Amino acid sequence: MEGYAYTIWIILLPFLVFLVTGVLSLRIRPQLAGWIGTAGILVTLVLSLLTAWNYFSAALPADGGWPTVIPVNYTWLRFSDTLVVHMGVLLDPISIMMLLVVSIVSSMVHIYSLGYMKDEPGFARYFAFLSLFSFSMYGLVLATNLFQIYFFWELVGVSSYLLIGFYYDRPSAVAAAKKAFIVTRFADFGFLVGILLLSWYSGTFDFLALNNPDGAAIAGAASATFMGASVLTWALVLIFMGGAGKSAMFPLHIWLPDAMEGPTPVSALIHAATMVVAGVYLVARLFPVYHMSGGAALEVVAWTGAITALFAALIAITQEDIKRVLAYSTMSQIGYMMLSLGVSGYGGEEGLGYTASMFHLFTHAMFKALLFLGAGAVIHAVHSNVMGDMGGLRKYLPITHAAFLVACLAIAGIPPLSGFFSKDEILAAALHHNPAIYGIALLVAGLTALYMFRLYFRVFWGEEKAYAHKPHEAPLVMWGPLMVLAALSVVGGFIPFGHYVSSDRQVMAMHPEMSIAVTASVVSIAGILLAMWLYRRPSALPAQIAGSLGSLYQSAKNKFYIDEIYMGVTKKILFAGIATPVAWFDRHIVDGTMNAIANLTARISSVIKGLQSGHVQQYAVGFVVGVLGLVVIFIYWLKF
Amino acid sequence: MNMLLLLLIIPALTVGGLLFSNGKRLPRMVAAVGMSLQFAAACYLVLAYLQERAAGNTAEMLFTSSYEWFKYLNIRFDLGVDGVSVSLILLTAIVTLAGVFISWRVEDLAKEFFVSLILLATGVFGFFISIDLFSMFLFYELAVIPMYLLIGIWGSGPREYAAMKLTLMLMAGSAFLLVGLLGLYFYSANAADQHTFNLLEIARGGIPIEAQRLFFPLTFVGFGVLGALFPFHTWSPDGHASAPTAVSMLHAGVLMKLGGYGCFRVAIFLMPEAAAEMSWFFIILTGFSVIYGAFGAIRQTDLKYINAYSSVSHCGLVLFAILMLNETALTGAVLQMISHGLMTALFFALIGMLYERTHTRIVQEMGGLLKVLPFISAVYVIAGLASLGLPGLSGFVAELSIFVGAFEHPDVFHRVWTILAVSAIVVTAVYILRVVGVMLMGPIKEPAYASLPGAYWFEKTGALLLVLPILGMGLLPLWLADMIQFSLIPLLRALGVG
Amino acid sequence: MIPGVSLIEILTVSTLMFFIGVYGFLTRKNLITILMSLELMLNGAAINFVAFNKYLYPGQPNGQLFALFLIAVAACEVALAIAIVINLYRKIKAVDVEQVNTLKH
Repeated sequence: MEGYAYTIWIILLPFLVFLVTGVLSLRIRPQLAGWIGTAGILVTLVLSLLTAWNYFSAALPADGGWPTVIPVNYTWLRFSDTLVVHMGVLLDPISIMMLLVVSIVSSMVHIYSLGYMKDEPGFARYFAFLSLFSFSMYGLVLATNLFQIYFFWELVGVSSYLLIGFYYDRPSAVAAAKKAFIVTRFADFGFLVGILLLSWYSGTFDFLALNNPDGAAIAGAASATFMGASVLTWALVLIFMGGAGKSAMFPLHIWLPDAMEGPTPVSALIHAATMVVAGVYLVARLFPVYHMSGGAALEVVAWTGAITALFAALIAITQEDIKRVLAYSTMSQIGYMMLSLGVSGYGGEEGLGYTASMFHLFTHAMFKALLFLGAGAVIHAVHSNVMGDMGGLRKYLPITHAAFLVACLAIAGIPPLSGFFSKDEILAAALHHNPAIYGIALLVAGLTALYMFRLYFRVFWGEEKAYAHKPHEAPLVMWGPLMVLAALSVVGGFIPFGHYVSSDRQVMAMHPEMSIAVTASVVSIAGILLAMWLYRRPSALPAQIAGSLGSLYQSAKNKFYIDEIYMGVTKKILFAGIATPVAWFDRHIVDGTMNAIANLTARISSVIKGLQSGHVQQYAVGFVVGVLGLVVIFIYWLKF
Repeated sequence: MNMLLLLLIIPALTVGGLLFSNGKRLPRMVAAVGMSLQFAAACYLVLAYLQERAAGNTAEMLFTSSYEWFKYLNIRFDLGVDGVSVSLILLTAIVTLAGVFISWRVEDLAKEFFVSLILLATGVFGFFISIDLFSMFLFYELAVIPMYLLIGIWGSGPREYAAMKLTLMLMAGSAFLLVGLLGLYFYSANAADQHTFNLLEIARGGIPIEAQRLFFPLTFVGFGVLGALFPFHTWSPDGHASAPTAVSMLHAGVLMKLGGYGCFRVAIFLMPEAAAEMSWFFIILTGFSVIYGAFGAIRQTDLKYINAYSSVSHCGLVLFAILMLNETALTGAVLQMISHGLMTALFFALIGMLYERTHTRIVQEMGGLLKVLPFISAVYVIAGLASLGLPGLSGFVAELSIFVGAFEHPDVFHRVWTILAVSAIVVTAVYILRVVGVMLMGPIKEPAYASLPGAYWFEKTGALLLVLPILGMGLLPLWLADMIQFSLIPLLRALGVG
Repeated sequence: MIPGVSLIEILTVSTLMFFIGVYGFLTRKNLITILMSLELMLNGAAINFVAFNKYLYPGQPNGQLFALFLIAVAACEVALAIAIVINLYRKIKAVDVEQVNTLKH
């Protein structure tokens, strides 16, 4: 396993780039920083491809399962004799798959940003933060243990914070960044407690030990119970809470739509393709443990995913901001991946959901990044995020239009594009496990087609708006990446994914089920046709339908008032109910007591000092009385 | 001559030199040279210490020597260091040097200012190198007294009130402490059956459990006052708000560590049975102050108050970890002391720089400073991220060690309090990001801010002196943690868990 | 040793002297009379010394010596006190103890 030692540089290189561009960001020419950053990420792309090639082209070991390779593992911190934190690189099919996703999308975004962010003040800072993000994300996907994943988990969180707040003079961006960080931080609180629980019982952070199919490491946690469920289930649900926060699962999703305040390429990279799927990756990483814990934790995962998928899809139909539609779409698709993991079993055909989830993660990363970058090109052309300001753009932006159409077809699940294959697998897995979830997933597939094509028709078809500047196609650095991603979105589906990724690492053959494939395609096409009928030409129909749906439409448009609930909780309970009383209590009661003690001392002193009046005869009286008193005491009481 | 004495001689010589340096500029040069030498000495000490350990020296304390002070009562001046004190000495040297650079602009009674500042630091150094209760107490008082002058003379706002409050509360703490230390002395017995102040000899002889029950709370509270133990922490917000920048830095950065170190070295080490028995009460107190400080910080508007409350929370965590009485948490406690020392000193330094420019410390009155003061703002963000425990920065290592250690107690009581303490990381994020969002980001609030001068070289030096260790500790914590862990062995043996 | 006079009688006299002195010290307003009362107290004490010495330990001179000491100290004290009183009088034109209360909190 010596051959992979270079993989450490995949992590370290972006970090070095970050240090160089970050420290020098005010000294060097911004363009240079951009080039350094892009060159750095391209090197890691090459290294990632090389790693994938080496890994997958090597012969399978005798047991027929893909091996887990840990080429690098440094001791980073020793908590105790048993609990040791390593920082290293773990290579197995899913980490390599994630490595590919991150490196491809990140490279494309870097290149795209060279054009998109041109002339922005803070160009160098932007690339420094992108490198920081790439570093953290590589560290996350290659993590060998829970602690390392938590380490980089927080770091991707902060890079996301910095990049959402990139336009820091806009109050809305600052608020969005803060919200993103605090909501995910809250989720990470659960994650951390989960890690502490799990590691205390198992005595290890290492995935290799935890995921061991004999379940030795987790036996202790599985046998202890707390409030009716095993501690293991609690720990896994708490860990999933962390994943749900990062992956914007209901009800911890509120930060993601606001995160669209960041630059669009950032949304493509962080909030569509890589960081937000970290939660899915986390569950997949610990999947054997989830499986061994019994069904409860996975049930939570499945239902959270299903609810989020539906919930986000409903909201997506009503949104006006192009990036927000995509954000809700991302949530919905990640919900899909989660539900797929949740319904999966372990080993062989049972593990179809697992494979499907990873497959969808891969394809989704490509077409969602494409959608965001395409949206970026549109925004770049019309200088607005709102769909109301767009229309008929297919004439002005032919390349973007083509790429966008490919992505929309892919996400809607039209054969033979990539989304069709992965979604089909998910539906198949859901059907075998739980028909209710299957029903939701199918409905969401239709809704997905509807809202995506609503977006597509309103932006590229429909009525042409009076544009202040004539919209023009983006430069090569921007449409080049679009083409690459579009190509991947088209062919991605033909990768025999089950061959590489499966729950028990054995090679698994995937059999597309005709019935499901046909049903799903019909539902999607119905969604597309509905969108076409409603939005291809300007018409009053959508407004009428919205009016007739009344409160349902209103609440969906207002994101089901979840934000308001959160604001209420934080403002009323945390701020007004705890923080303010605490501050008051401290100043007035605790400090008041201290001051009162001081004042009491002063008061007593002012009373006592009156005794020293300056009148000699008063002192003398006191003296005489005192002496006589002592005489009396000595003679009559103490009997001297 | 013992090399530890160097740590007292250099400041003494510096003070001597300062007495003969007049004018506005000379004193700061003398102070900077002196403290740089001190910093070099501290670095050398760390290296020498590591070398000794690498050579296989496993004594509890290294570089020990003992000077007779008052024979009749067996009072001696015993010196010695272990990994914990060595790392805290390095911290003190860094913070003091940074403090001197940050005070570059003090021209009002500059000589007297630096003399007091260095006297304060001398007290701290002396405290960390002594291993007998008597000289520890002596140096402790030596560190507290200059504080009164520094705040009273060079402070701002209600400085007489703040100085008085701080000194009186700390003195009240020392009163408890003195009783506790004398109690320890009178119950101690060394090999020759004499009373002794020497820590190691006391530990070897042991203290009867009845006496421990009496003196443990006294010493713990006595040191705890300086470590901002709830409810004796209120000197901290007022004191910090009025103190001049460098004094806040030294005070929050190193002086408050005397409290934690004392609890660790005296209260727990010498009275382990009572500590185990009574820890529940203090766990409630400190765990409460972790959350309490964090919530208190949310509602403050003055930067120094925010930081003072944040210190209550972070120092509460130090004491909380110490009370967990196991290796991981104790390592975390020491790491947290170092980490908190560095970042809070950095915070106060930055607040001082901002105040010098904007003449306000009210968060809402500032805005958009990132654009005009990129260096100061970037460092502020780093300090803030360290404070909320971001990986790669020092706070993360410390907090995680504490949490992992605290989680080693499987009973419900410990679990509940640990989870409550962990929840403070969320609250910390709220108040840190709130400040960053309002003060550094957003549009520029006052047109006058657009022309503020950037950081000067001495400010950059001071800030970098603190930022680099924060980063270093966050990225490569192993050697430090190992050094500390090794030194915990005697303590763990006393506790019966190692 | 005065024949026919017992120690009790002498002590009675000295005690009376002492308490007359105390009474005077506490009630007089004039500093000079206060000083005189003080002398009375001192002399009462001196009589005690001599009497005890003579009646109880006739062979030893200690009590006598103490009496002599006392007289000497009293003389010094009067000299000092008179000086203070005169200075006070120069300053505030009064020798009333009620007016001399500047030494206070």
